[in-house]
Amino acid sequence: MKYPESYRYTREHEWIHLEGDIGTVGITHYAQEQLGDIVYIELPAVGQTFRQLQAFGTVESVKTAADLYMPMSGEIIEVNQEVVNHPEIINQSPHERGWLIRIRVHDLTEFDRLMSAQEYEAYVEQSS
Amino acid sequence: MRDSNRTTQHIALEEPLLFERSRPGRVGYSLPPTGVPETPVEDLVPTHLRRDRVEGLPELSEFDVVRHFNRLAQWNYCIDRGIYPLGSCTMKYNPRLNEAIARWAAFTEAHPYLPDEFIQGCLAIQWHLERYLCEITGMDAATLQPAAGAHGELTGLLLIRACLEDRGEKRTRILVPDSAHGTNPASAALGGFEVVHLKSDERGLLSPSTLRAAMGRDVAALMITNPNTLGLFEEDILEIADILHEWGAFLYMDGANMNALVGIARPGDMGVDVLHLNLHKTFSTPHGGGGPGSGPVCVKASLAPYLPVPRVAREGDRYYRVWESPKSIGRVKAFQGHFGVHVRALAYILSFGRDHLRDIAVHAVLNANYLMARLKPYYHLPYDRRVMHEVVFNDRRQNPSGVTTMDIAKRLIDYGLHPPTVYFPLIVPGALMIEPTETESLEELDRLVEALVQIAREAAERPEIVCSAPQKSAFRRFDEVEAARHPILRWSPQDFPPAWKGTKGIEQNVKGQGHST
Repeated sequence: MKYPESYRYTREHEWIHLEGDIGTVGITHYAQEQLGDIVYIELPAVGQTFRQLQAFGTVESVKTAADLYMPMSGEIIEVNQEVVNHPEIINQSPHERGWLIRIRVHDLTEFDRLMSAQEYEAYVEQSS
Repeated sequence: MRDSNRTTQHIALEEPLLFERSRPGRVGYSLPPTGVPETPVEDLVPTHLRRDRVEGLPELSEFDVVRHFNRLAQWNYCIDRGIYPLGSCTMKYNPRLNEAIARWAAFTEAHPYLPDEFIQGCLAIQWHLERYLCEITGMDAATLQPAAGAHGELTGLLLIRACLEDRGEKRTRILVPDSAHGTNPASAALGGFEVVHLKSDERGLLSPSTLRAAMGRDVAALMITNPNTLGLFEEDILEIADILHEWGAFLYMDGANMNALVGIARPGDMGVDVLHLNLHKTFSTPHGGGGPGSGPVCVKASLAPYLPVPRVAREGDRYYRVWESPKSIGRVKAFQGHFGVHVRALAYILSFGRDHLRDIAVHAVLNANYLMARLKPYYHLPYDRRVMHEVVFNDRRQNPSGVTTMDIAKRLIDYGLHPPTVYFPLIVPGALMIEPTETESLEELDRLVEALVQIAREAAERPEIVCSAPQKSAFRRFDEVEAARHPILRWSPQDFPPAWKGTKGIEQNVKGQGHST
């Protein structure tokens, strides 16, 4: 599995894709693989704001439940209703159709503190 | 393992749902004519409380119903039937002595509304149990009110909150290591705190440096499970307590794993300010559907003024309830808590006595280490250290042949054994968490070991057997993903027509019922 070059990654296995100050956030292929079949996802309401690495939601699989962490500080401007209704999309397409939230980013410099695709790939290899 | 077919026969029977056993017009009663004028239901029950129609209620004889539930009871796996090695759950034997004493009419017919003079014995039991729990844990005061462990956690956190408010301090954060019980962060959130997770180190322990880095004036407490969910003793607990106290924060200990420490070490001596116990774990009262549970909270003197009321007190030979206490957080449970459970726990403590209580811990730890030693050649041990009361393996060695922890657990059912806890703690991928408890004999432990060794061999040589398990149970593997994604929460004749109306098989029905509660 290739991790998109233009995305940045957290140690908690979220990705963010930036366009201007709008960020799209999801969980990585590695995260969905570790979770197994995802059965439920809880996402925040539009308008809520979170700090970088604050928990913004939860994801549940048959095996486990895990918190979702904000890659960057920001305000929720859109929630992917499709994955709420069909969480299996996250398993099928974690980096594209399975995106979770869109945020208006507060501090663009936080982007540089996240891992690049290569760094994340190395990080995942080391932890598995 | 000689005849594993026979061991699972109890779950190989088929038993349809009551709805499917139903036959039109069959009843379990025979009533004489009423002898008084009949009043239509419409005259008695207002429209908004009446159902338009009741569909599909089963029609059965008494005997049908008795047989149905007896058969289901025979399917049930229980501690009285065999080892129940759930890690983190302490499923141990419930001695019959406890049951016999709890059934005395003096207890079963006592009512909490009776005046103190009439229930001196009951109050004495609670008073003594509180004292013994304090003695065992090294704490100063206790409440028996909480209904179970997580309720005890919430109570403990509310005590901390009340004390902080009393001191005029605003502290908002609770620190929880990733090796704590899963209920800890939930209780902290419910108690109105923000939860901060701390990562355990490569030893599987909380390191003082991690704690120091997270400390601040806004930290109310650390909730630590000791021994933790990896079955490891938190070796730096004294330093951890010091750090918290330097910052004016509290040390909360989840005492669910106390059967590893009973009679050997006391949390109070380690600097713990508040802890809960699970009487249904450490003190052998019924557990897991057989409950109810009971989660007493023990505190140091600094938190005692905030304990729930009523408290039980003694003056000379007289026991009485104290209903008013100015700083108390108030009631957390109706009446006196789960009194019948308190009777059993006290009976358990007294039947060991002071000199033998430590045998609980000694054997719990010995048994877990025995399993670790016997199974280590076959299963990967992520934290290879001397354990306390439980041991955590995972499926790393089986993964190359496509076998996962879930497959291993399902295969144990074919050997007539209850699987251990799986996929917990979360910090171990594919965790297989085994707690034998002190009540299992060497022969029972060997039975479990032999089954797991056999499964490890199967996983290497014929993985398809393991991956398709269970094969000998009445039902094969359920579609847990489908059941979780699309739960059917209520039986209805449209979805599942009774057997006499349609032809849908039992397997389908049971699948629909999975995860419905």
